[in-house]
Amino acid sequence: MYGLGVLKGMGVTLKHFVETYIEDLKYLGKGKRSVEAFTVRQGLRGKSLGLFTVEYPEEKIAVPERFRFVPFLVINNLDDPDLPGADWCTSCGICAKVCPPQCIWIVRGTDPETGRPKPAPEAFYIDIDICMNCGYCAEFCPFDAIKMDHDYELASYDRIGEHIFDKKKLSKEFRYYRSLYPTLSAEEAEARGGWEHKDVLKAKAKAEKAQSAGAPAQPGR
Amino acid sequence: MADKPVTEQTAVADPITQVVAVLKERFPEAVQADERKGFSGIVVDPRSLVDVATVVRDELGFDYLSSATAVDYLGKGDYFEMVYHAYRIRQGGPALVIKARTPRDKATLPSLIGVWPGVDFQEREAWDLMGIRFEGHPNLKRILMWEGFAGHPMRKDWKEAYYEQDNKPFDSRWPGGQVSRAEEHNPYGKNVAYPEDFTLDGFTPVGEAANYTGLNMGVDITELSSPGLRTDRLIVNLGPHHPSTHGVFRMIVSLNGETVEQLEPMMGYLHRNHEKIGERNTFLQNMPFTDRLDYICSMSNNLGYAQAVEKLMALGPRFQPPTYRAEVIRVLMVELTRIVNHLWAIGFLLNDLGAFFTPALYAIAQRELILDFFEATAGSRLMCNYMRFGGVSRDLPEKILGIPLLANDLIRDENTMDFLTNLITERLPQAVDELDNYLSGSEIIINRCRGVGILPPEMAIAYSMAGPVLRASGVPYDVRRAEPYSIYADLDFDVAVRYNGDIYDRYLIRIDEMRESIRILKQLLPLLDETRGQDIQAGTKAYSPRVPEGESYGRVENPKGELGFYVVSDGGQNPWRYHVRAPSFINLTALGEMCKGHKVADIVAILGSIDIVLGETDR
Repeated sequence: MYGLGVLKGMGVTLKHFVETYIEDLKYLGKGKRSVEAFTVRQGLRGKSLGLFTVEYPEEKIAVPERFRFVPFLVINNLDDPDLPGADWCTSCGICAKVCPPQCIWIVRGTDPETGRPKPAPEAFYIDIDICMNCGYCAEFCPFDAIKMDHDYELASYDRIGEHIFDKKKLSKEFRYYRSLYPTLSAEEAEARGGWEHKDVLKAKAKAEKAQSAGAPAQPGR
Repeated sequence: MADKPVTEQTAVADPITQVVAVLKERFPEAVQADERKGFSGIVVDPRSLVDVATVVRDELGFDYLSSATAVDYLGKGDYFEMVYHAYRIRQGGPALVIKARTPRDKATLPSLIGVWPGVDFQEREAWDLMGIRFEGHPNLKRILMWEGFAGHPMRKDWKEAYYEQDNKPFDSRWPGGQVSRAEEHNPYGKNVAYPEDFTLDGFTPVGEAANYTGLNMGVDITELSSPGLRTDRLIVNLGPHHPSTHGVFRMIVSLNGETVEQLEPMMGYLHRNHEKIGERNTFLQNMPFTDRLDYICSMSNNLGYAQAVEKLMALGPRFQPPTYRAEVIRVLMVELTRIVNHLWAIGFLLNDLGAFFTPALYAIAQRELILDFFEATAGSRLMCNYMRFGGVSRDLPEKILGIPLLANDLIRDENTMDFLTNLITERLPQAVDELDNYLSGSEIIINRCRGVGILPPEMAIAYSMAGPVLRASGVPYDVRRAEPYSIYADLDFDVAVRYNGDIYDRYLIRIDEMRESIRILKQLLPLLDETRGQDIQAGTKAYSPRVPEGESYGRVENPKGELGFYVVSDGGQNPWRYHVRAPSFINLTALGEMCKGHKVADIVAILGSIDIVLGETDR
């Protein structure tokens, strides 16, 4: 019969329409925004019959660990016992070299006494208008010092003044990084041999080496 | 290491060597093999280019011209080289690469539009960007740049408005990287070079009028005096700002009443000279830029580019091909992308037909879950930047997990493999079935789509159409089968084909292809389990890989058609030439032919059935 196809299609629409309400009814007591309702609605657990819509900004989807947005610099925790607030960055420049839109600017640190380069940045800028969130800087940084942030709400009223992030604005404590990337930070810490700043680790390793080197020498004396 | 087997193989199995030998015998003076290290194919004397091309097409069977592009060898011989890649559509197999050279100062080549009509837009592009004049081309005008533009931007000596340095990384960034904005150095108005005799007062853009001259407009006296009902010819600009054009795409249509007499696509409104940026970039830096071509299918763009560069790297020593797990993950991503794209294409085709957004939203609901998976794996929903040379950037995560940080954040915690299995075995098949159920039988859709925008198979091949558009015309050509890459040779799937070549078949073939993709994905699930824990990157990941001298053309079957990357390396850090054979761009070549004789409202549907993305069309 002519028109049957259209009716069949409208049946699908009707099914969707009804299912949306069934879904809502299920969570009537618990509230539409409860964790349970939200995960089902997002379709990740069980089958969501209704809509996938997230009512931003009241609701937000938690971003996964690997989510990447404008980078930040990792610094030691400010209450760190050894090196509070120390940079992890050594200003080696790999992030600036690998950056596809070339939005990273680094002034390499110099020792004021000797005038030779020292492994810490004097200034570090990222032009976030130009950053394309590709994540190369974080991927290729050999010191785990630059990482991608999860905070994606960066809109501001002033393009010229606000959108070049300097070192102060970019620096975030290590514990923040660890909370964003529990899996990755653990992997990296394992590869480095500890959770501490690399200088601390180096000093520790040196001390251990001295101790172990010293230990067998002791009895001979 | 294995010099001998390779030569044996080329002598016995390589059909291209035979073809080159045949051509050299046939045209002893005009045809030479390209002997440069890392290069292949033949170099043809421009004077006999058309003859050679005709023989190649008619007698040797290379009837499908995939790509035509120009390379500027400034300082390396000072000539332009036009590079054509022709394929056999029935047998499949590798390309015959035809090259023709012309001096830089008087760049002229004969047009091949009579041999392969699909070269139309690509020759116009070469004229526009490189400044090679094609003799015999009926409509040689700019295609991507605007009509008043002076110069040819892909020439090596052309510099962009915010030019800083020939190659990245820029020296100003490190170690003395005092930040500045490009527009501070080159303020607007001072950052462009005008032709010497240029005055703003006397300037009238020649192009705008020229856009219409090709369309046989104007009043025809004989017709005015003819008896019967008189209709007016009318020029209508469709777009560039119109939702039905899927972006900023413009069509100039000449109408007789409501019937289309001629249609000319105009593009370039989203042009950003992707290829010039690509030449400034290092090889690795291009990867995230490829995401921005066809921004719906960033994963498959990544794959195409990665394969093109891997082919080049394979010419050098110490190259390790991608690991098996990396290949499995790549195919997984690419096939999921195909489903994403086809859901999107069908949804928006329905939008174009007037079924506003209800089918589109049903179609893209499951897409959301695929994007969630991309985000958890690659870090971004659309701009995935996931593939690397020799592998992929990260392995699949253990869990699709988000940590609540912001107020109102809610936890999502799901094992990745469970999630994928559920998605592939249940949700996606159901979604495709529902869509099929919902739309395929609808009389409205059948009436609007059947018999509209017919593209016969011969014309589809001649116009270098690719992807679902080509296969809906009855040409079962799929790069995954014709020249298998990655692990496609080991996978069991069919090439979907439909025979009517109208909008309805182009819609149906997308449903078919999604089903085939699901079939592939189901085969990948056990492979993913088997290879769990294996390396996803061959060798060490370098930020500036060594790419030896040579050329390569990497092509993949993108959801929209054949996506090709022609990359030339001079052994440095940056590609000497980086060209994208964009399916959305070349598929538009036949749009005018397909729309002829149909009503205005059908243009929108026909365009929707080609499925273009302007990020890729305009580059």
